[in-house]
Amino acid sequence: MTSATLSRRKSQLTKGRLPRYAVWVVLAAAVVLAAAVSALVGFSIVTWAVFAAVFFVVGATLVTATVEGGRKATDSLATYLVYGCFLLALLPLLSVIWTVLERGLPGISYDFLFTSMNGVTGAVDNSAAENGTPVLGGAYHAVIGTLQITLWATLISVPVGLLAAIYLIEYGTGGPLTRAITFFVDVMTGIPSIVAGLFAAALFGLLFGPGTRTGFVAAVALSVLMIPVVVRSTEEMLKIVPNELREASYALGVRKWRTIMKVVIPTAISGIASGVTLAIARVIGETAPILVTAGFASAINWNVFSGWMSTLPTFIYYQILTPTSPTNIDASTQRAWAAALLLILMVMLLNLVARFVARMFAPKTSR
Amino acid sequence: MSKRIDVKDLNVYYSKFLAVEDVNINIEARSVTAFIGPSGCGKSTFLRTLNRMHEVIPGARVEGEVLLDGDNLYDAAVDPVTVRSQIGMVFQRPNPFPTMSIRDNVLAGVKLNNRRISKSDADALVEKSLQGANLWNEVKDRLGRPGSGLSGGQQQRLCIARAIAVSPQVILMDEPCSALDPISTLAIEDLINELKNEYTVVIVTHNMQQAARVSDKTAFFNIAGTGKPGKLIEYGETAAIFSKPAEKATEDYVSGRFG
Repeated sequence: MTSATLSRRKSQLTKGRLPRYAVWVVLAAAVVLAAAVSALVGFSIVTWAVFAAVFFVVGATLVTATVEGGRKATDSLATYLVYGCFLLALLPLLSVIWTVLERGLPGISYDFLFTSMNGVTGAVDNSAAENGTPVLGGAYHAVIGTLQITLWATLISVPVGLLAAIYLIEYGTGGPLTRAITFFVDVMTGIPSIVAGLFAAALFGLLFGPGTRTGFVAAVALSVLMIPVVVRSTEEMLKIVPNELREASYALGVRKWRTIMKVVIPTAISGIASGVTLAIARVIGETAPILVTAGFASAINWNVFSGWMSTLPTFIYYQILTPTSPTNIDASTQRAWAAALLLILMVMLLNLVARFVARMFAPKTSR
Repeated sequence: MSKRIDVKDLNVYYSKFLAVEDVNINIEARSVTAFIGPSGCGKSTFLRTLNRMHEVIPGARVEGEVLLDGDNLYDAAVDPVTVRSQIGMVFQRPNPFPTMSIRDNVLAGVKLNNRRISKSDADALVEKSLQGANLWNEVKDRLGRPGSGLSGGQQQRLCIARAIAVSPQVILMDEPCSALDPISTLAIEDLINELKNEYTVVIVTHNMQQAARVSDKTAFFNIAGTGKPGKLIEYGETAAIFSKPAEKATEDYVSGRFG
């Protein structure tokens, strides 16, 4: 048998294969068929999309099964289901972003960003609605409150959380203290945020008299929520620092504390930084603990140690629940959506900063 | 600068488990001593007791004496950090600090201890250490690059440079070539031969040819069975250990008829 005869014979190793365009043909057919079927039951975009998805998955699986065999068919079925779940999971996210952008963007203006609600009454809103003039009043005081309270909460939580994690990983020997800390951190993770708020309110009530409400009390409440997140994420990051690096440092005659500060922490810093950011993002949107600890203010207050403060979440909450003008609630609704957009932007900005920080500190591996 | 090590009646424990039993050995200054023996016989454990790296592991402790030029390392008043700055160590896997450049890796022993050093002194120390580790010509143009970007053999020589930059008396090497190719291994073996002029070198190796090539004296460790402690079976001139060992077990091991 020569090689010429061999090459002419059909290979025994290959099976039927669908051409590349087959999947697009099936998709087009599914979309057309779904349009027809949904027209029968009463056309809407949703039914059309659902029918198209179902027809495509069934059709593509059947076509693959007939041409390529059962194993490939199972593979493509699972692939399409996973893609489907991904799209499904993406829908709420896109919907939230779209809704907030659509309703919040009209409310964003220089005035909204840089004025407070001080002096803005129902009468002001009513006249704005009647004369068609721009809505007055803004969230400046709430932005300041959010930044201040979150900053102070971070200042409290990061040192405590970081040091607790360092103790657990570097010094803890599995003794009773280590186990107790781990246990209480776990318990703290599960504390409902309103309970944290009540705790801080009660604590400061005991220390400085009942009804003490300042931004700092809110910061303490938020740090109760933040600390366990910081401890947990830092712990995980310190765990994955290779022991060889610690030993290399010890072998150079470097003390343990210095080894931790100069070798272990720098190696893990990018992970720690993103853990801290996640913890901040977790508390920046809290509403309930702020209400019971910082109260609510409509004027600018820079001082976290005295006077009530409001944050973006409490601002949104009050604008929706008790509109400034009960007869013309549109102005308040607009302000609430604009504040929501602002909050999302702040959290996104924070995430970007964390990524940047992480990249800046990350161990360098390029040649 | 190099000191001798004398070990007297040393027992090494992991919690209650006796890992190495009753070792007596005298290691000359400015010589290369190789530890050979099967896996799990306690060579590395014993090596780590020589600069108190052993006690980094929780529950690990020793009984007996290790004398560095007559001073007992395990005296209650001795700070392990002082011991480790006099007795350097190179590990099995190259472990340069990933956050530091090549230059900073060499200077790690100085900088991590917050010792002040002028830029010209630092430059001189970097060059001297890298020359000493036969790495200078390969990296002199990229000292600012990360150390983890080097090849495995270069990383290991960087670790040796890092160890000699703190000018120790003794350098311990725990299978320094086991992760390296033959060419990098040759480079490290040449380096060990040069290091011997200034330092006391102790090396653990699984490669008997390597022990025969680089060492002046060889110690053979063995273990009677799993769960039993490792013991020093025979210690002597390398030539004698490999040609006419006194013990039957040593002969079986070096000639490949193990067990």
